[in-house]
Amino acid sequence: MRIGDYKESYAADEALFRTPTARAWLLVLLAALAVFPFLAGDYLLYLANLVGVLAIGALGLNILTGYTGQISLGHAAFMGVGAYATAVLATRLSLPFWLSVPAGGAAACLAGAVVGVPSLRIKGLYLAIATLAAQVIFEWVFTNWTGLTGGIRGLNVAPARLPGFRFDTDRRIYFLIQGVLALHAYGAANLFRTRVGRAFVAVRDRDLSAELMGVNLFRTKILAFMVSSYYAGIAGGLWVYFTKVVTPENFPLSLSIQYLAMIIVGGLGSIPGTLLGTVFVTLVPEGLRSLTQVAQAVAPGAMAWFYPMRDIVFGAMIVGFLVFEPHGLAEVWNRIRRFFALWPFPK
Amino acid sequence: MEYLLQLLASGVVTGGIYALIAIGFVVVYKATGVINFATGELMMLGAFFAWTAMTAAALPFAAALLAAVACSALVGAAVERVVLRPLLGQRAIAVIMVTIGLSSIFKGLAQIAWSGEYRSFPDIFPRRPVILGPVVLPSRQAYPFLIALAAIALLWALFRFTRTGTAMRATTDDQATAFGMGIDIRRVFSLSWILAAVTAALAGIVIGAIGGISPQLGAVGLRIFPVVILGGLDSIGGALVGGVVMGILENLAGGYLDPLLPGGGVKEVAPFAALVLILMVRPYGLFGTRDIERL
Repeated sequence: MRIGDYKESYAADEALFRTPTARAWLLVLLAALAVFPFLAGDYLLYLANLVGVLAIGALGLNILTGYTGQISLGHAAFMGVGAYATAVLATRLSLPFWLSVPAGGAAACLAGAVVGVPSLRIKGLYLAIATLAAQVIFEWVFTNWTGLTGGIRGLNVAPARLPGFRFDTDRRIYFLIQGVLALHAYGAANLFRTRVGRAFVAVRDRDLSAELMGVNLFRTKILAFMVSSYYAGIAGGLWVYFTKVVTPENFPLSLSIQYLAMIIVGGLGSIPGTLLGTVFVTLVPEGLRSLTQVAQAVAPGAMAWFYPMRDIVFGAMIVGFLVFEPHGLAEVWNRIRRFFALWPFPK
Repeated sequence: MEYLLQLLASGVVTGGIYALIAIGFVVVYKATGVINFATGELMMLGAFFAWTAMTAAALPFAAALLAAVACSALVGAAVERVVLRPLLGQRAIAVIMVTIGLSSIFKGLAQIAWSGEYRSFPDIFPRRPVILGPVVLPSRQAYPFLIALAAIALLWALFRFTRTGTAMRATTDDQATAFGMGIDIRRVFSLSWILAAVTAALAGIVIGAIGGISPQLGAVGLRIFPVVILGGLDSIGGALVGGVVMGILENLAGGYLDPLLPGGGVKEVAPFAALVLILMVRPYGLFGTRDIERL
């Protein structure tokens, strides 16, 4: 039980993980992540990698939408830009992954800057529609620029490798993905302790006041788009080495919507929430799939219900969280934490 | 020349149908400030209601149309009351996402109720094509266009001449004042969703009659965004003009540019490219209210 929360220096007050309990749990989590691939089967490992890649993208979207208040319906397209840039550099120039993935991030970052330009003139609902257009246009480019992207057949990429080591199995690439994720989650959490990150939040809360306080709106909004797209691009690059193939169907509008669902379910403007939301939104359909497989044994034909039920559950999840738990899983998590902070005494 | 006329004519026809969908969208946006991403799925539901009434219940077309309109009105009212009202005045992202969530739910429900198969609509129009000078319009396009026009005229009359329509316009203009004058705002919100569902149902039936229906029909709903942005999100006249312009643009781009590009698909992407340009130059569209906000 924690009875007090005294801090004796500014450094302690500004720390990312403020209490010994939080630091201890973080170590437990990291240890669990480190031993996970040696205990888990192939399927769980695949899911962990999927969640890892998507979580990086979701962090990016939460920086843009949750922290800066700019809605994007085109996040999957930026992931696609990163993925194609990585794949092209890896196949044409045979760049190693530690160059091609960051290059994918940079390419997505540039694309984000271009799409972000209208965000100064238009906002809210109009911006959502502008990014929707970006999604449609990028998807079209992925399909039609066959010389570069390979059209609908896509591009095949060899596994990532270091001298003497190939990331050719899910177990091996697990460490790469989770390492990059940890780095980017740490970066995102730190971002909001800097001037730039605070400016993002100020723009979200009231853009006019932010401008009056000396925040350059145009620069800040563009920067938010760039950072967010960079995250998406890195996710795209890792996606390439994870699945070893990239096609236009990997980055549809529905993925953009799934990203938005993740940050809404997780909690807008919360880094741990983003991670929780990604896990939740990715695993719920998988749970439904296992449930259907069990039902299939009892009632043949249950499998036909899987896809419609997945749509319904996905929609109900979004609507349910928005209506009943608008601050998402992050708020649920905080409630649990507060409860145990005083436990076993009543509040 | 004849090819151009043909493209223009089918552009106008498609545009009329887009305009019909866009009007339902604009009505909701005007009254409640909600961008309805479930428009396409409301269309799909309406089309399936009519299809069921005609095939399973063997009703004549007119009766099936009425039944579909009634069912859709119920759906629209329920959506507003159960889902949208608790979110009144919430952030834009909440409102957008809730309609996206609804569209996913509707799609799933439709797959369960009617299975994912593609079905052709019963013949409801005479088979003979309509010939206008050099232009030949298949009857499956010409009559739907007339239905769309009639529906638009009806809506216009409703807004212009009836007491309810006036109340709706007043609410759009200034909610607080309208409320002060004794207009029941909640009823107006509910009514605008009902209108949106009904126009969507009509559009769905019309589109179903042209090309058949499946739970994936809702994807057409995305195409109205260029239409409403061009016309202005809150202008009914704009929806009409935007619909026709985008219909023509789409057909011209498809007719002239598609053969030049290997992958094709210009027809689908051209309106969105136009959308980006419009947003850059004139974000409030041709006839939308110009929000003056100086930064």
